[in-house]
Amino acid sequence: MQFEMPSLIPVLPELFLLTMTCVILVVDLFLKEEQRVISYGLVQISLLLSVCIVYLTSGAEAEVIFYGSVIRDPMGDVLKVAIYLISAGAFLYSKDYLLDRNLFKGEFYVLGLFAVLGMTVMVSANSFLTVYLGLELLALSLYALVAFDRDSKAGSEAAMKYFVLGALASGMLLYGISMIYGATGSIEFPQVAKAVAETGMDNMVLVFGLVFVVIGLAFKFGAVPLHMWVPDVYHGAPTAVTLFIGSTPKIAAFALAMRLLVDGLEPLHADWQGMLVILAVLSMALGNVIAIAQTNIKRMLAYSTISHVGFILLGILAGTSKGYTAAMFYSIVYAIMALGGFGIVLLLSRRGFEAENLDDYKGLHDRSPWFAAMMLLLMFSMAGVPPTVGFFAKMFVLEAVVSIDMTWLALVGVFFSIIGVYYYLRIVKLMYFDKPTDDTPLTAGLDTRIALSVNGLMMLALGMFPAAILSICAAAVGSV
Amino acid sequence: MDLLMSLWEWLGENLVVVQILIKIVIIVAPLMLCVAYFTYAERKIIGYMQVRIGPNRVGPKGWLQPIADAVKLMFKEIIIPSGANKTLFLIAPVLTLGPALAAWAVFPFGDGLVLSNINAGLLYLIALTSVGVYGVIISGWASNSKYAFLGAMRSAAQIVSYEIAMGFALVGVLVAAGSLNLGEIVRAQEGEGGLFNWFWLPLFPLFLIYFVSGVAETNRAPFDVAEGESEIVAGFHVEYSGMPFAVFFLGEYANMILISALTSLLFLGGWLSPFNGWPLLGPMFDWVPGIVWLFIKTAFVGFFFLWLRATFPRYRYDQIMRLGWKVFIPITIVWIMVVGLAVVFEMPWWFD
Amino acid sequence: MTFELFVFYVFAAILVFAATMVITRKNPVHSALFLVLAFFTSAAIWLLAEAEFLAIVLVLVYVGAVMVLFLFVVMMLDIDIATMRAGFVKNLPLAILIAIAMVIEIFLVIGSGSFSLDQFAAPLPLPADYNNTASLGNILYTEYMYPFEVAAVILLVAIIAAIGLTMRKRPESKYQDPSKQVRVKKGEDRITVLKMDAED
Repeated sequence: MQFEMPSLIPVLPELFLLTMTCVILVVDLFLKEEQRVISYGLVQISLLLSVCIVYLTSGAEAEVIFYGSVIRDPMGDVLKVAIYLISAGAFLYSKDYLLDRNLFKGEFYVLGLFAVLGMTVMVSANSFLTVYLGLELLALSLYALVAFDRDSKAGSEAAMKYFVLGALASGMLLYGISMIYGATGSIEFPQVAKAVAETGMDNMVLVFGLVFVVIGLAFKFGAVPLHMWVPDVYHGAPTAVTLFIGSTPKIAAFALAMRLLVDGLEPLHADWQGMLVILAVLSMALGNVIAIAQTNIKRMLAYSTISHVGFILLGILAGTSKGYTAAMFYSIVYAIMALGGFGIVLLLSRRGFEAENLDDYKGLHDRSPWFAAMMLLLMFSMAGVPPTVGFFAKMFVLEAVVSIDMTWLALVGVFFSIIGVYYYLRIVKLMYFDKPTDDTPLTAGLDTRIALSVNGLMMLALGMFPAAILSICAAAVGSV
Repeated sequence: MDLLMSLWEWLGENLVVVQILIKIVIIVAPLMLCVAYFTYAERKIIGYMQVRIGPNRVGPKGWLQPIADAVKLMFKEIIIPSGANKTLFLIAPVLTLGPALAAWAVFPFGDGLVLSNINAGLLYLIALTSVGVYGVIISGWASNSKYAFLGAMRSAAQIVSYEIAMGFALVGVLVAAGSLNLGEIVRAQEGEGGLFNWFWLPLFPLFLIYFVSGVAETNRAPFDVAEGESEIVAGFHVEYSGMPFAVFFLGEYANMILISALTSLLFLGGWLSPFNGWPLLGPMFDWVPGIVWLFIKTAFVGFFFLWLRATFPRYRYDQIMRLGWKVFIPITIVWIMVVGLAVVFEMPWWFD
Repeated sequence: MTFELFVFYVFAAILVFAATMVITRKNPVHSALFLVLAFFTSAAIWLLAEAEFLAIVLVLVYVGAVMVLFLFVVMMLDIDIATMRAGFVKNLPLAILIAIAMVIEIFLVIGSGSFSLDQFAAPLPLPADYNNTASLGNILYTEYMYPFEVAAVILLVAIIAAIGLTMRKRPESKYQDPSKQVRVKKGEDRITVLKMDAED
């Protein structure tokens, strides 16, 4: 058998990140406790360099390499850059938190980078096998990160729940993939799509396979009714890890959905549209309603995530390039919002104190008017109040849904977001109209302050000029 | 003779199962005899090393001692401890002996002289030797005895650890020979240099590691913490008596012979003559059949088992673990790289 | 019925029996041992399908290593079966319902005729010199190189996670440094001769 070594340039970002991760893993072994910041620096440098590499090696055409295992296309590039940058932000915010809790270890960053690597593998996967392996790489790193604080009982419990349910979902996904393989005879997306287009939906095996794939997907998204893990994991994990889990994996989940459903099973659109409608409506309803009852901000944000996932699914189920663009825009914007939201939670936490309860936000305006304003922007954006970017994200998605004549669905979406506004604005009320219960000044490094400010202002700036990201997304999706 | 041969062929055509059964008997019966006399050799050799005489009462020079032992064990009562799990307690010894015998199925005694000539012979061997640990674990658990249980736990961890080093050593052999078939591996060691062509030279670290891991796998001194008579009485088989004990005993010695035979097969040229291709000695020893060379080599390696037992004090448990994980595994990985490079660049003498 | 078919049914029957025992036995050690049996028989069935490499590796990895460690843990833990079984009866109806649904589903999938012999012709028996291991290796290191490497990274993550989560240095436990022990000098390191004034 003649073997042609494929060109490695298209996978250079992944290769680079993997190499750097291994380097950091080894370098970290030789560092003393007080030099640990060197590995942190290396992590940030490698993430930024990866962004550069993606930029330098990107091309307008989709390129399939490694015998159909990997695809390098503009959509993947955009998502990868977003993942790298938002992960860098997540690592930046978590530095002080980890330092305060003796969790500032090389393993945290190595596992984090492996998770990032897993996400990028998923993003540029072109076969079921690659998608699955990327997903496992991400999931395994996240399980370990959730349990990272070994002495925390809640953390171990959350990790256990996450692990068991996650393994079950992976099993479902694999089961579905094997059925699809059985029905189509291939695991590469283009071939699968071709075979599916030929056989159509009469094939029982194919439909069963699709059901299982959607179940696995819904679990990874955290969509109702497979959302049980989300609040517990968000709550139990160290906040730094919650921040990480809450942000970039949503982009990866979007990529997963795009690759599986659109690249692989596009001809079955009518089938999966119905399933996604159910998931989306349930997610928006349950997420928004239950979030109201939460007193813990991490749990509240977890339920808010569930409702946002509903919106992302709305965009995907539209099945038009407009819908995909909207969903992509939404997932990136949501990741930035979640980054900022949990960033504020981290900012308020300090050694021996977790700012987890809503009461901890009382009178934030008196303690730090600037960050209260940032939180205000983030909350407005999550609620979808104009002129923040969250409003536009929701609007684009609803527009896409309306354009396929599913106005009722758009109305449901609007209805539940209005319910959702209540609990976001409750935080604003607590910050501005209540008296502070503790007056400890905020302790955060300059880097965190600057990054958070940028993050908060971004909500406004992107809201003013949503076209900046939207046009990139549209171009990226258009090429698929 | 012709009649026998034609009968044999007729069996091969019509009753393959019977033919295979006969072959198995032909392999296992001498093996059992070897096991019996290996125990005798052990007692004698260690006796002389410790300036004693060893068994010398039953038969001339004590030659009938193993037979007497066997008879004694057969007539002893089988005691099953109260609270023991009867089925597992009785299955355990069989699980030790079974894999040790089954492994011989792919063992080539000469060129083409093999019961089952399969492609993945080496893998089969690794798989079977790794199954042998179940006998120890199950016996330790089923005995319902603290000492037995401790022995089983020690043994489980030890065998799993050394299996990795052993497996890696075999990977080195596989890379060097380019085949998983044991016959091919021996043939790859054939050459003009006689014994210097064998794999023990280019794979020297792997050779040592394989042998030492083999000692550890068979729970022999100095790695016999699973038995450790001075610490946990006799470890996993403390509750056994009579025939079940005898089966354990057989299993242990059959395993030792297996490891010795495999070492000679994989690293010492199997049935090849050590003087192959030498100017004067080569033709002189041409008449010796390959199986005799194999037997001599196996006996030579087997002697090391006994020598080690007579010479070394027992390793402490943490030291065993350290040796396995931190010394052997890294060395094997490095040497696999070296061998790989040597094969790729066709290093003269062995791999050209 | 050919001999091969007979062997298949024998192994399949043992496999189903062992798998049932795994989930019905009260004693976790028995369950684990039946699981070993199940692995063994499935390896045998793979052998029948001419996948000898996978069969042997299944025995090597699962039976030889994974299950040994599994048994190790199960035997060491003092599992209280009563509490584990506490919710059993309560959840039984639901479990049976789900199980029935799954069984029906599997029958629908397999019985739908999508995998019948007219859809896929039975593979021809491979020639005697066919090397399953070599062909697997060939495809794994060429066509599937990328997924293979990603799988390797997953294993690396597993190692890092396991070590990161379990390794902790306890100040009270004492360690030896073998390299230090080896480098000990005969004279100065082992004995220190103290000079003292004689006391009256």
